[in-house]
Amino acid sequence: MDFALTEEHRMVEKMVRNFAQKEVAPVIKEFDRKQEMAPFVLERMGELGILGICFPVRYGGQGMDYISLGLACEELEVVDTTLRVIMSVHVGLAGTTLLQWGTEEQKQKFLVPLARGEKIGCGAFTEPGAGSDVSNLRTHAKREGDSYVLNGEKMWISLATKADYAVVTVVTDPNAEKPSRRLSTFIVDLHSPGVTRGDIHGKLGVRAGSTGWINFQDVRVPAENMIGEEGEGFKVTMTAFDRGRYTVGAGATGIIRAALEASVRYANERTSFGQPISQHQLIQQKIARMAQDYEIARLLNLKVGWMLNQGLRNTLETSYAKKFATEASFKAADDAIQIHGAYGFSDEYDVERYLRNARGAIIYEGSSEIQTLIQAGYALGERKDKPLRCELPAYDADYWQAE
Amino acid sequence: MKIVVCVKQVPDSAATVVAENGQVSWGDAPLVINPWDEYAVEAALKTKEAHDGTVTVVSMGGENAKEALKHALAMGCNDAILISDPALEAVDTQGTAQVLAAAIKKIGEVDMAFFGRQAIDGDAGITPVQTARVLGWPALTLAATIDVEGDTVKVERSIEEGRQTVSAKLPAVFSLVKDYGEPRYPSFMGIRKASRAEIPVWSLADLGIEAPAAVVEWPQIINPPKKDVTCEIVEGGSPKEIAEALVDKILAEKVL
Ligand SMILES: Cc1cc2nc3c(=O)[nH]c(=O)nc-3n(C[C@H](O)[C@H](O)[C@H](O)COP(=O)(O)OP(=O)(O)OC[C@H]3O[C@@H](n4cnc5c(N)ncnc54)[C@H](O)[C@@H]3O)c2cc1C
Repeated sequence: MDFALTEEHRMVEKMVRNFAQKEVAPVIKEFDRKQEMAPFVLERMGELGILGICFPVRYGGQGMDYISLGLACEELEVVDTTLRVIMSVHVGLAGTTLLQWGTEEQKQKFLVPLARGEKIGCGAFTEPGAGSDVSNLRTHAKREGDSYVLNGEKMWISLATKADYAVVTVVTDPNAEKPSRRLSTFIVDLHSPGVTRGDIHGKLGVRAGSTGWINFQDVRVPAENMIGEEGEGFKVTMTAFDRGRYTVGAGATGIIRAALEASVRYANERTSFGQPISQHQLIQQKIARMAQDYEIARLLNLKVGWMLNQGLRNTLETSYAKKFATEASFKAADDAIQIHGAYGFSDEYDVERYLRNARGAIIYEGSSEIQTLIQAGYALGERKDKPLRCELPAYDADYWQAE
Repeated sequence: MKIVVCVKQVPDSAATVVAENGQVSWGDAPLVINPWDEYAVEAALKTKEAHDGTVTVVSMGGENAKEALKHALAMGCNDAILISDPALEAVDTQGTAQVLAAAIKKIGEVDMAFFGRQAIDGDAGITPVQTARVLGWPALTLAATIDVEGDTVKVERSIEEGRQTVSAKLPAVFSLVKDYGEPRYPSFMGIRKASRAEIPVWSLADLGIEAPAAVVEWPQIINPPKKDVTCEIVEGGSPKEIAEALVDKILAEKVL
């Protein structure tokens, strides 16, 4: 048992922290107000290698491990959730799904440009009529010769208007006996004819990000773009969520830290009844809880990172980490607002943005209710991990870093 | 082009530095590479890239100075050397200059030696010129741009009055200011390389010099007097009224 981060991990943390603090923190409020993504963000994260952090060098990545991915997510979300969302969909939903299930040709064609940050990826599962209930999706694909023809609409898709490629799960066999066998997953070029998309405005949070819809009308997708086999889409999607959830949990840990740091700073400055408010026990209680939740959330997420490195299945542990960290981040932001009093209620301080941003993660990538069902399923012995046809490869530094 | 860049590990600028029992203390605040030295590393790397050279990063300090060295390696320096010796504990800038000059000589055939303009802990800002003096090289300080042509270097110095262009023959010593341009972040590839690097440690014996005697002593270290600041918001119905009230207050307080 070893709880220490390596020197490499600490350098990764520092590098990503410097980028987010120096380049994004000074302008984030402005873009949050405008409900726009800062135009330089994707390009800079690509240039710096952050978008390809945990992919093997041979696939255009930076050769770091899965713990580094989580640490980067935490550092990014300390500054703004929208930065971490990029990692969740580009790396979590798109990239690692190709790494796990993709053929060598698919990896060369799609993973390499994604890992290099030359192309942006997203994951499109949710629809206007179905989110949690993935097996009830409506968007469908019909085989025609060498291609499939896609029709339908995806909704609430992060980076909908920024991405070049989407990992999309659709119905290919409406008559399959098992509902989950109805689905297949594709990687779709979003510049294809028949694709239209737009952003949703008026969101509570993640306003400096892109969340939108993607409509497919008779979109031809080459059959070789199917990820996994026909009827395997449910499994592919669930593993994509495992990875997405890890990035969400690790990121939420960053909100707890940001809320804690802001609260400590303010509580030491603000006085009431003749002393800094940090000396009031009821304020200390909130601060202690944030500090404790940060520690718990971080340990849970680091454990998932470690399991990924070992090549261990981690659906349950990822569920613990995601649910705990996202709920604790909302609570931390809420308490941070309370500590800031009326100032916390205005966007002069950052803590109201933390609250708005934290809220979404309790819904997306599997709501807290769905996480509870997963956890109960394992606890009651009703749910067991079965071997998958393709497992996410364990981290092997030599393999990852070989040119 | 053979380049050396000298860096120092210092307490983070956000650390609260206090005098405790006659000693300087920064509690458990993290140590970082001196922020000015990052500009020096950036300048060294840019010069190396433009003139096909190598950059060796050198630090004098304890074991923890390896972190500053690794940061510079992760930014792209080719190799690193730590100079560490128990006899160097109480050394002053002049002694540091003798040690660094000896290291630069031992590395051999160095064309350019880069420094940050000052270290944010001691804030003396004279190690670069002292090192140049020991080496017998010209010192081009406060450099904002550096242009090398053959064995001549032209530097724009960023001084209070404006910019001053100076030139000299190589080898030479340079100290860098912020105007040079933002230092790059370490790359992931650099981080991987740096975290694996075995950094050689040179002692005074390796450099072939005696421990330099300090000429500057720190007989007393005290905390600055506590400032008692109270904040008052000046109110009024219009900017004019507020300004007038503020002027009255300033006059009443005899600030002006
Ligand atoms: C900011 C943001 C970004 C997003 N990004 C993406 C993205 O990139 N890609 C993508 O595919 N989707 C994305 N989503 C969509 C998100 O994943 C879904 O909103 C989520 O899965 C929930 O689905 P739903 O909204 O359709 O709610 P529903 O599934 O309709 O659920 C409604 C409510 O019922 C609860 N519920 C549902 N089933 C059960 C049950 N069996 N037991 C108890 N309670 C239940 C849910 O927890 C929820 O509280 C995003 C959403 C947001 C807000």
